[in-house]
Amino acid sequence: MRLSALCLLAVSLTCSVAFAQETGTPYHRAGELEVDPYEVSNENAGADPFTGQAMLEAFNGREGISRIVDDFVEGVRTDPRTEKIFAASDWKRLDRTLNEQFCYILGGGCDYTGRNMTEVHRDHGITRAEFNAVVEILQAAMRKEGVPFRMQNRFLAKLAPMERDTVTR
Amino acid sequence: MKQSRRHSPELRWPVRLILALAGCAIFTTPAGAQGLDFETGGKLLLTRGITSVDGAGGGGITPWALITGNETDRGIGGTAHYTRVDVPDYTFEAYGGAVGFYDRFEVSYTRQEFDTGETGAALGIGDGFTFGQDIYGAKYRIAGDAVYGQDTWLPQIAVGALYKEADHGALLGALGAEDASGVEVYASATKLLLAQSLLFNATLRYTDANQNGLLGFGGQEDMQIQPEVSLGYQLSRRLIIGGEYRFKPDNLAFAKEDDWVDLFAAYAINDHATVTAAYADLGSIATFDDQRGLYLSLQLGF
Ligand code: HEM
Repeated sequence: MRLSALCLLAVSLTCSVAFAQETGTPYHRAGELEVDPYEVSNENAGADPFTGQAMLEAFNGREGISRIVDDFVEGVRTDPRTEKIFAASDWKRLDRTLNEQFCYILGGGCDYTGRNMTEVHRDHGITRAEFNAVVEILQAAMRKEGVPFRMQNRFLAKLAPMERDTVTR
Repeated sequence: MKQSRRHSPELRWPVRLILALAGCAIFTTPAGAQGLDFETGGKLLLTRGITSVDGAGGGGITPWALITGNETDRGIGGTAHYTRVDVPDYTFEAYGGAVGFYDRFEVSYTRQEFDTGETGAALGIGDGFTFGQDIYGAKYRIAGDAVYGQDTWLPQIAVGALYKEADHGALLGALGAEDASGVEVYASATKLLLAQSLLFNATLRYTDANQNGLLGFGGQEDMQIQPEVSLGYQLSRRLIIGGEYRFKPDNLAFAKEDDWVDLFAAYAINDHATVTAAYADLGSIATFDDQRGLYLSLQLGF
């Protein structure tokens, strides 16, 4: 009796640990580096989402967003203006959270589970020139995906105020 | 007619003030205090604006609240320009340079020359007679951010002054101008509506300049506030098209003066060169009507 109860406990514990490893806590996924716990909320995305489907369509849906994020991440990783800042980045996590954030803002129905813009950028000592470099890299990625220029600008209008949250130097 | 005060030393104060402010801008900022440790470059394409005919960063015929140069809040930048307007009876040229400090403060100098060509003979002032003036400018950004403030209605706001010193004081006096030199002050508000790809600027200029100062200052009326507006639509990262309207005083008895209008296209070749072409309607100038023609401007910047 006692033994079977212990067995049950052991099994359920193992299961829950395995389960946790698979899906992760809401703020952390398997294969990503540890992060300090934080409250998960779409508010962390730093902008209200667009309503309607026009933006999502202009970005060629979630697949388009995913391609843009790939190019964007590759860009900030290799551009001499930004590479040093991203040198210690968790690429897996950055790819996931950027996909979530862009999809959420563009009205793709995703939830953003990353950290808020102020907290995540605080210790990186980012300048306005570096912010603008990131904007240019994103513009290049959107251009490559064929997003019409005025739709790029609509998206950038949502990101522009984040200059205040990300630029600290 | 009042005597021209062109050579009186008191009127040199605006120049001194502008230089003093420039000095303050450099040495009161933290970077300046640490021995001129500053960055260059970093602004987004086209966001330094072009150079107005008066030398201030702006649109073509009116200053904007944007600060010239490619610098950001951590640096120093600059621009040089050559601008030319060919209208039926005259040729207008302007060239000069400007320096932007920390995307906050701007100083500029521009030389304007207004060649009357054969029209000079018809006006009785001599074939090829050229009016001219030197323009010293300063502009300070007081609020807002045109580029990043996309979540607020507050535009970028700047105040500025232009000290203009025209040639041929005696002749300008004979034409009815009170002075050969004058100060204009202005306030500009620039708003980039990124979600609409639109750029809007409104400027109020307190002035008594005749034909922008080339025909002197004052005459029948006192200083007045004149509005100026620009509207632009961004077609691509490099190209913006738009139009401008500038109200002007009409102070000289001998000739009617009209408002200025233009339709422009500005193209950023790269971070360092912007070309602007426009169709400009300068109206009636010194009794010659319908002065419409091509405006061309090249701006180089760092
Ligand atoms: C609108 C502009 C920006 C957006 C929307 C944005 C978005 C994000 C997101 C979603 C994350 C991951 C959040 C998380 O891990 O929970 C992140 C992390 C990061 N961002 Fe940004 N960012 C912006 C601007 C910048 C700029 C200008 C820089 C530097 C030039 C920068 C550098 C970084 C770095 C270094 C990280 C941390 C990566 C890591 O530690 O794994 N970001 N950003």
